[in-house]
Amino acid sequence: MDILYKIFVDPFVQMGTSPDLLVQTLWDGLVAGVLYALIALGFVLIFKASGVFNFAQGIMVVFAALTLVGLHEHGVPAFVALALTVGVMFILAFGVERLMLRPLVNQSDIILFMATFGLTYFLIGLGQLVFGGNPKVMITSDLYLPSGAIEFKRFGGYVSLQKIDIAAVIIASVMVAVLAVFFQRTRIGRALRAVADSHQAALSVGISLEQIWVIVWFAAGVVALATGIMWGARSEVSFSLQIIALKALPVLILGGLTSIPGAIVGGLIIGIGEKLGEFYWGPLLGGGIETWLAYVIALGFLVFRPQGLFGEKIIERI
Amino acid sequence: MLYREAGQYKTSYAADMAVFPILQDQIGIAVILFIGFVVVPLIGSEFLLNSVLIPFLIFALAAIGLNLLTGYTGLLSLGTGGFMGVGAYACLKLTTFFPQVNIVVWILASGFFSAAVGVLFGLPSLRIKGFYLAVATLAAQFFLEWCFIRIPWLYNSSVSGAIEVPLRTIAGIPVTGPTATSLTRYLVVLAIVVVMTWVASNLVHGRIGRMWMAVRDMDLAAELIGIRLLRTKLLAFAVSSFYCGVAGAMMVFLWYGGAEADVFAIDQSFIILFMVIIGGLGTLIGSFFGAALIYILPIALRAVPTAFGLPIRPAAAEQLTFVIVGALIIVFLVVEPAGLARLWQIGKQKLRVWPFPY
Repeated sequence: MDILYKIFVDPFVQMGTSPDLLVQTLWDGLVAGVLYALIALGFVLIFKASGVFNFAQGIMVVFAALTLVGLHEHGVPAFVALALTVGVMFILAFGVERLMLRPLVNQSDIILFMATFGLTYFLIGLGQLVFGGNPKVMITSDLYLPSGAIEFKRFGGYVSLQKIDIAAVIIASVMVAVLAVFFQRTRIGRALRAVADSHQAALSVGISLEQIWVIVWFAAGVVALATGIMWGARSEVSFSLQIIALKALPVLILGGLTSIPGAIVGGLIIGIGEKLGEFYWGPLLGGGIETWLAYVIALGFLVFRPQGLFGEKIIERI
Repeated sequence: MLYREAGQYKTSYAADMAVFPILQDQIGIAVILFIGFVVVPLIGSEFLLNSVLIPFLIFALAAIGLNLLTGYTGLLSLGTGGFMGVGAYACLKLTTFFPQVNIVVWILASGFFSAAVGVLFGLPSLRIKGFYLAVATLAAQFFLEWCFIRIPWLYNSSVSGAIEVPLRTIAGIPVTGPTATSLTRYLVVLAIVVVMTWVASNLVHGRIGRMWMAVRDMDLAAELIGIRLLRTKLLAFAVSSFYCGVAGAMMVFLWYGGAEADVFAIDQSFIILFMVIIGGLGTLIGSFFGAALIYILPIALRAVPTAFGLPIRPAAAEQLTFVIVGALIIVFLVVEPAGLARLWQIGKQKLRVWPFPY
């Protein structure tokens, strides 16, 4: 009885009696969720257009942030460094298309997946070789990002919101909006959607697959840069971020592999669910359940809705 | 010239279906076994045994395990590290409770625990496949890793939180523990790997292997010809996890001699998946090639700068190794997506007709 009470009653009593903690936890979850969603967004962009499950998205986040900070350390002004980093991401996208995707066209999914894993190794080595393996501090103030916290008294206690978190949420929303407009309203966006629907049909109406792939990888690179800046500003720029990026996988499962709104909603559900679970139910199991809770949520979800929240229903034909 | 099958007649169905139908192949495998069991123990240095051959054999066994699942049955798994960990921890608990029993028995028995866990986490495979299944197995990986860290009972509540391998002897010779020589451990590992490879070869050439391959090629069609999907898939998970569990137990007991939970982290799963794919999906010999390439190549690369006397920092050499291995993986996939085993096959075919092109 006692254990049942602790699982089913006690957490909710705690939520009721101290709403300030609940709000704080929800906010933390929301911010974590936004960052997961941003990583997942990079995955979805590439998956939609080229059918490649890009394992390297996590390291691209680290690599972009490292390039930015590393350039700044060598005396390049912050915004010039930002522009240069965008340039580096473009070169990366171009190189990936030329050297990896084009020779591997028409190979099975798992081979392409493995190739992105090779890319991950390559970028880890290159990043450490050029910029060193030590964690770096993100150049928050040079990029005019706010720091510090807003505290306000409500819900019977203090709730503190980090300003950088608020900025992260705003920037993420703006970025998603821009991407949505880009996809829906521009010529290239239409081409991207066409490629996502069918490679062959897109080719037959004269869309250049190579060009689209470069654009998509570049877009994923820019998303990675934004994620890297936000995440780096919250903690630090280090290679351990790459493992956290794996959290984007359950987000994708939840949201559906091909859906941009799905990535965002999935990210929020995973972020909030995991923080709530850790805070209220974690102590029962000895803590640290954050590392696997997201995957278990996704696993449970898979059993009931394999295509995800917004994914297309997969119809298999013999 | 020597590799010719002319004059070797196959007079029975069994001879035609043999794993090594050509006499030269049989001689070749005998020579390799002779080198492994006799020549290497005679001339092998401590470094060769302990840092190259033992880990190579262990990784090859784990790669065979994953290959049975991913290569033969077509189920993508990222939980290999976790399953290996289950084997290692099960072996530790078993030998703690029954110290008098032969340690090799426990290393093999720990595979059954790993198999049970594998079946449990393989259950979703009936409904999902591909990347979705990969994420499901990631849940296994992270959950098991968490268990290894958070449940002190598993590592006998040792202060460091690590597995400490106790001394176990067979007929008075120490096999595990700090006093065991690398030669003894090498021979035990080699024997286990050879026997288990032989078993795996029989499995995949028999009815079970054909069932697995039928499921891989098209599960709907396999179901129509009367293969029960759930049982076949779960059997693949069980056998695969068994192999991984034994490899994990060997890794801790016969190689490291003590290990923390992070040995079985997600990186391990990826590295083994790598070996399987670089080596060749659905081939046993490919698992050995893959393990050799992924494990021995970085060692060789690290030895290159010192051999030429180049002044390079160890850290930089490490990072350069990452860059080169990453680039090589992409190059290998571009050159031969079917893996090293395919290259081997092409080479053998060329050799058969040499010096003529056809």
